[in-house]
Amino acid sequence: MAGATTLHLGGDQATRFESRAATRETPLVKWLILGTALSFFTIFLLMPLIAVFIEALRKGWETYATALIDPDALSALRLTLLAAVIALPLNLVFGVCAAWAIAKFEFRGKHFLITLIDLPFSVSPVIAGLIYVLVFGAQGWFGPWLSEHDVKIIFAVPGIVLATVFVTFPFIARELIPLMQAQGKEEEEAAIVLGANGLQTFWHVTLPNIKWGLLYGVILTNARAMGEFGAVSVVSGHIRGETNTLPLHVEILYNEYQFAAAFAVASLLALLALVTLGIKTWVEHRAAVAYRNSQDDAS
Amino acid sequence: MSIQVRNIQKQFGAFTALDDISLDFPTGELVALLGPSGCGKTTLLRIIAGLEQADSGQVLLDGEDASGTHVRDRQVGFVFQHYALFRHMTVFDNVAFGMRMKPRRERPSEKQIAQKVHELLNLVQLDWLADRFPSQLSGGQRQRIALARALAVEPRVLLLDEPFGALDAKVRKELRRWLRKLHDDLHITSIFVTHDQEEALEVADRVVLMNHGHVEQIGTPEEVYRHPATPFVYGFLGAVNFFHGRVEGDGLRVGDDHLNHAAGSFGQGAEVVAFARPHELDIVVDGAAGQGIAARISRILAFGVTARVELDGLNGATGQHFEVELTRERVSELSLEEGQSVRLLPSRLSIFEQSHAATAGAGK
Repeated sequence: MAGATTLHLGGDQATRFESRAATRETPLVKWLILGTALSFFTIFLLMPLIAVFIEALRKGWETYATALIDPDALSALRLTLLAAVIALPLNLVFGVCAAWAIAKFEFRGKHFLITLIDLPFSVSPVIAGLIYVLVFGAQGWFGPWLSEHDVKIIFAVPGIVLATVFVTFPFIARELIPLMQAQGKEEEEAAIVLGANGLQTFWHVTLPNIKWGLLYGVILTNARAMGEFGAVSVVSGHIRGETNTLPLHVEILYNEYQFAAAFAVASLLALLALVTLGIKTWVEHRAAVAYRNSQDDAS
Repeated sequence: MSIQVRNIQKQFGAFTALDDISLDFPTGELVALLGPSGCGKTTLLRIIAGLEQADSGQVLLDGEDASGTHVRDRQVGFVFQHYALFRHMTVFDNVAFGMRMKPRRERPSEKQIAQKVHELLNLVQLDWLADRFPSQLSGGQRQRIALARALAVEPRVLLLDEPFGALDAKVRKELRRWLRKLHDDLHITSIFVTHDQEEALEVADRVVLMNHGHVEQIGTPEEVYRHPATPFVYGFLGAVNFFHGRVEGDGLRVGDDHLNHAAGSFGQGAEVVAFARPHELDIVVDGAAGQGIAARISRILAFGVTARVELDGLNGATGQHFEVELTRERVSELSLEEGQSVRLLPSRLSIFEQSHAATAGAGK
């Protein structure tokens, strides 16, 4: 969460550190550290990823394709994308508002708001799901009222969207707050003195300055929204073709011993994740460039 | 346009930033708010701009109470210490910003905007930088662009918050002259905040000296420099020597030494502090005991037009340091040497009561 930019800052310095004899470590230490990191990476990250694809294709392309175009799988994909598509704009608006308020204004209850934003991080997703069951479920607070008006939230699509929104709540706000705090409010003040109104200031001054951080937050939100299991699992009810998301569908297939199909769907999720990662890396790179420029600006 | 502030009070928690400040800034003048950091000068400027809200008191722009007027409607130009240029916009877009943000019916056409922008960029002599981004400019260039941007909306007053504070000494000096010239051309009522006394004295028509949220003195640069009203002003404007003493007879007793200077209206035995500028002190090699202040020369710096002699106080003034400015001829005439014991005789002394003087030392 430290921000897209911080990751890239070490780059130049690390090279300089390594190229100087006075600060260089012995080859043994270097290879020991590198070896540990690489073997960990291979065993715990790379091998499982490869295993997913190998297992998925074990019974040939045909089984793989069948698993993917299975109506239940397609409906799970649709639901996953739907949840992400709804959760994203909601969290985008909320995240920008919260970050703007926290970074640019002083008000009572600011720390409480920051703590509140972190809540979805600290609470287990299962509990998050459970909260919605307790509030909106048949036996919950609003349960009777909802069933009277024929509104179904739990064990239906709205519940899944709600749970997704909840777990992805902090990503954008958390990404933007340090960025906006670091940028200060002088540019906004300059804009206001020059006669710009609030909306113009946000649109022409604030937004261009945070766009890379914002995009990074959006990507993280998207990745989490598509991959969420715990919270969604509690509120979903696992109705095939209706309330199953991709991760839930993988679990069902696996529990039914359809390993090839399970891995095929899992590989689809993995692909989505890889694409997201690719975009994320690109955004990070752009953010680092933008950050360097703004650093020049400050010097 | 004239600016008046009436009984401005501002508190940050337990800290009083401004304590009942009332000031007049007449039309067309360039006024400096001068003081050490934390004296409230920037806060006052921001209150005039509307970027900060006073706890009580009024800001009158052109005689009208502006307390209820939004910042964007006050028509002030504000220049920030760290430029606050829009980093993602070119120089041209930065300067054009204010005009482009106007409501549609007041907004000039793009052609008019472009013409005005180039006019302003010419005024700050940076037209050739129109397509650059702020990060590609030097500090001095950035501040001139910031000024052009502020002038683009034709403000009624110009407020500058430590405009040269982030620049190096040479550029500061250059921009100082340039700002003065610009003001002489435009005659726009301007207030600029600075902690650099040289800058304030050199550029401003009038100087307002502030300390701890109070106004210490207002006057032309000459007035405040020649006739400081308080010990603080004395200490803040230029180098100064001070002697703690007591009124005795028709002079002052400083430790074991005596100064024959009329103490004016102070009563016998009053604890006072006397101030003298380095050029107002003379060095006597063979003075009689008790006449003048005994001191030992610690260093002689003779690289400038005048020589500077640094001394350590003896007798009653032990632990104090003095600075004397002499012509180089005088130094060789007296054949001064480092380590030599001499006496200091002030040609002129300004005497203040002890209680007021507490802040003087903190000033410099």
